[in-house]
Amino acid sequence: MFILDHLWIIIALPLLGAAINGLLGKNFSKPIVNSVGIGSVALAFLSFAELAREFAQLPAGQILEPKSYFTWITAGQFKVDFSLQVDQLTIIMLGVVTFVSLLVHIYSTGYMAHEEGYYRFFSYLNLFVFFMLTLVLAANVVLMFVGWEGVGLCSYLLVGFWFLKQSAISAGKKAFITTRIGDFGFTIGILLLFWTFGSVDFVTIFKHLVGAPPDAAASTGVLTTICLLLFTGAVGKSAQLPLYVWLPDAMEGPTPVSALIHAATMVTAGVYMVARMNPLFSRAPVAMFVVALIGALTAFFAATIGLVQTDIKKVLAYSTVSQLGYMFLGLGVGAYASGVFHLMTHAFFKGLLFLAAGSVIHAMGGDQEMPHMGGLRNKIPITFWCMLIATFAIAGIPGFAGYFSKDEILEAARSGPNANIGLWLLGLIGAGFTSFYMFRLIFLTFFGEPRYDEHKVHVHESPYNMTVPLILLAILSTVGGWVAAPHLVGGTDYFEKFLHPVFATYAPAVAERAPEALESPGMMLFHALTGWPVLIALAGLLVAWWFYIKSPETPKKLADSLRAPYTLVLHKYYVDELYNAAIIQPLLWISTNVLWHVVDETVIDGTVNGVARVARESGSELREIQSGNARSYATWVVIGAVGVTVLMIGLWGMVR
Amino acid sequence: MSIVPISYYLVLSAILFGLGVVAFVVKRNIITIFMAIELMLNAVNLAFVAFARAHNQLDGLVFVFFVIVVAAAESAVGLAIIITVYQNRQTLNIERINLLKF
Amino acid sequence: MTLPFIVFFVCAILAVVGALTLILAREPIHSALALVLVMVSLAVLYLLLGAEFIAAVQIIVYAGAVMVLFVFVIMLLNAGVEERTDYSKLAKYAGLPLGIFLLLALAYWMFDSFIGKQIANGVGGTNASVSTRELSAQLFQKYLFPFEATSILILIAILGALVLAKKDE
Repeated sequence: MFILDHLWIIIALPLLGAAINGLLGKNFSKPIVNSVGIGSVALAFLSFAELAREFAQLPAGQILEPKSYFTWITAGQFKVDFSLQVDQLTIIMLGVVTFVSLLVHIYSTGYMAHEEGYYRFFSYLNLFVFFMLTLVLAANVVLMFVGWEGVGLCSYLLVGFWFLKQSAISAGKKAFITTRIGDFGFTIGILLLFWTFGSVDFVTIFKHLVGAPPDAAASTGVLTTICLLLFTGAVGKSAQLPLYVWLPDAMEGPTPVSALIHAATMVTAGVYMVARMNPLFSRAPVAMFVVALIGALTAFFAATIGLVQTDIKKVLAYSTVSQLGYMFLGLGVGAYASGVFHLMTHAFFKGLLFLAAGSVIHAMGGDQEMPHMGGLRNKIPITFWCMLIATFAIAGIPGFAGYFSKDEILEAARSGPNANIGLWLLGLIGAGFTSFYMFRLIFLTFFGEPRYDEHKVHVHESPYNMTVPLILLAILSTVGGWVAAPHLVGGTDYFEKFLHPVFATYAPAVAERAPEALESPGMMLFHALTGWPVLIALAGLLVAWWFYIKSPETPKKLADSLRAPYTLVLHKYYVDELYNAAIIQPLLWISTNVLWHVVDETVIDGTVNGVARVARESGSELREIQSGNARSYATWVVIGAVGVTVLMIGLWGMVR
Repeated sequence: MSIVPISYYLVLSAILFGLGVVAFVVKRNIITIFMAIELMLNAVNLAFVAFARAHNQLDGLVFVFFVIVVAAAESAVGLAIIITVYQNRQTLNIERINLLKF
Repeated sequence: MTLPFIVFFVCAILAVVGALTLILAREPIHSALALVLVMVSLAVLYLLLGAEFIAAVQIIVYAGAVMVLFVFVIMLLNAGVEERTDYSKLAKYAGLPLGIFLLLALAYWMFDSFIGKQIANGVGGTNASVSTRELSAQLFQKYLFPFEATSILILIAILGALVLAKKDE
């Protein structure tokens, strides 16, 4: 079991690639940079494939123990090892991360071909893959946090890749600082976790939860607090309400970065974390509800903003925020496998959407505004068809990947064990909006008459290294969901079955529900194809078709008649302005006036200078003693003598 | 033991010593100050002799002997210095000789 | 009131008067002569305490040589009435009171600590004076090294005084 015993290889490969490209890449020619960058990730992917194969050969039901490679921290009771573990969830995440990373790397050779700092880009990308793999493979929450922070760092580096552009570096800072707020909560959660369980290893914590007698320290209140704190980290990293504001701005980075980090991998770290900690969350119903609530609200809220955006990448950004909300909704209602399923399908179709958008932008010569596009479908057919497939997937058209995962989530929200009609409604309407704005995007970009100057912009299809990843992802967006297909007609959901041990081993005991009466496969199929999600997806498609193909004046008229709500949504509900006024400006004011002028200048400088001033002034006072006048010297001697005499007689009692 | 109690001699010694200190602080002429030092030394000698008598030992007397010798040597050198100072500064007022100051 | 007491008090009063004169005199020469008075009366007191040799040394060396040296220097420098300068506030306001306090404190201490003790009352021992023979035996046996050292000290003092007083040529 080569890879299973040497898990560190998977992590080390991209790190090696990052180091080589980063340190020496300046002198390399493009092909060498390519081979190092792509090669390391390709090898990581092959290692994953081998790992999956070895994993499949293990006897069923065997739980793998984490492998510790060295002890990182020992401080009294607190011991953290560099230990990695593999289970079914890890396998899924590894597959998604390595495969999508590989495709993005290949794509980048085309997209970034004319960029300065080519080697730097690949170095950062490899570094990102390294941290993401650490996050996924970690066997304790501190190591996971290392990966968590590392991907945040790489996000900052990559969003601000064009560092001479003011908006880009601001976006990078915004991303890092906003996720930092969430990470603060996460850190406190880790502390509380250690304090309650005495360990940060996942397996040890989970064993404490199911051990008998039940751990008294792990009461529901404590678990809820831990879960909520950990979830704040997820809110930051996975761009949920209210910390989502960095993701749309992060579109300043190159499109491959958006595809990899802000669609497929980094933002899903929060989802992975909640899924990994499912034994804790399952025992804290309040936390679960909060997760589901925030997920549903985010899904709805972000979808409304996406309705009116004109920048193609911004639409996709808000769409990502919204879809992440769906994942959390799924996790929050207890459908852990469905949430992870949506994570996987989303990685495929959202990654594809971003890469295809990059292809469109490349074709348009850098323009990202949809009002400037139109009628591109005959000019860039491969991009068009791939993007169309991805749109079908995200909208939830039956047969495509997104349909299966989204349907499972909404089903769980409607009638699962922790169902909540309100949340279901939010998710459903959000799904409708999703379908609408995605098809709006398709229609505006690829249909209609060209709204650009055909002499200025030469629309051309992208080269092979960009279109091949698109095609591969399109295939996956189609068939990726079929692992769950048999479930629709009463068969097994293979995905859920695969992940079952992860979510069942340490789950709290639930009362057995009476098995539902099964209908015939035909009836089930009929219900599946006419369920609410499908209907609303088709409704979205129809409305988009009406708005942008059949009667294109309608959007304008609607916007004019609903001027106030339209402006509100167009300006993203003024959230950024609100944050700026309520938080950032006061913070800046405090920093300048209190921390700088008062604390730094007056207190600290004052103390340091004051000490010097005291020394100088007391010295200058004391100096006057040496007046040169012998009589005063004599007087000082007498004073000393009197002092000693008084001491000897009075205090030391040498009289008697 | 002497008929006069030893403490009388000691008190006298203390008084003379105190007067020597007062003279040292109050007077301004260098030579007078020097004489005050000699007065203090004499007072101390008296105390030594008194104690030598009190303990019936000779060591006090030997010490007095040495004190007198050293005082003689010291006054010789000291007066030579005073002469030199007078030759340089033309004054015997100690308050005018104040160059060694801050 | 036996003779020793009378002698003691007379000499004591003379000594104190001499010390006061040293302080209060305006001319340095008067102070020098007052100091001679102090030394002579102390010599008598030494005799009273039985230290004959020391009394003799006191007269010969101290009163006879050192004070003569003082008088010569006063004559050489023509030291007259000193001017009344008052540059040191500290000495003026703190020196005198503290000096007097020191005087009184020491006097009180001497008086109080030895009263009632055997030393004051006298137990055993003789009233005899110390013979010079015994003193010199101590001086040349037990204290030989300091004796020789002081002779070198005197040599150095002579050299120092010569060097200092020499005129630059």
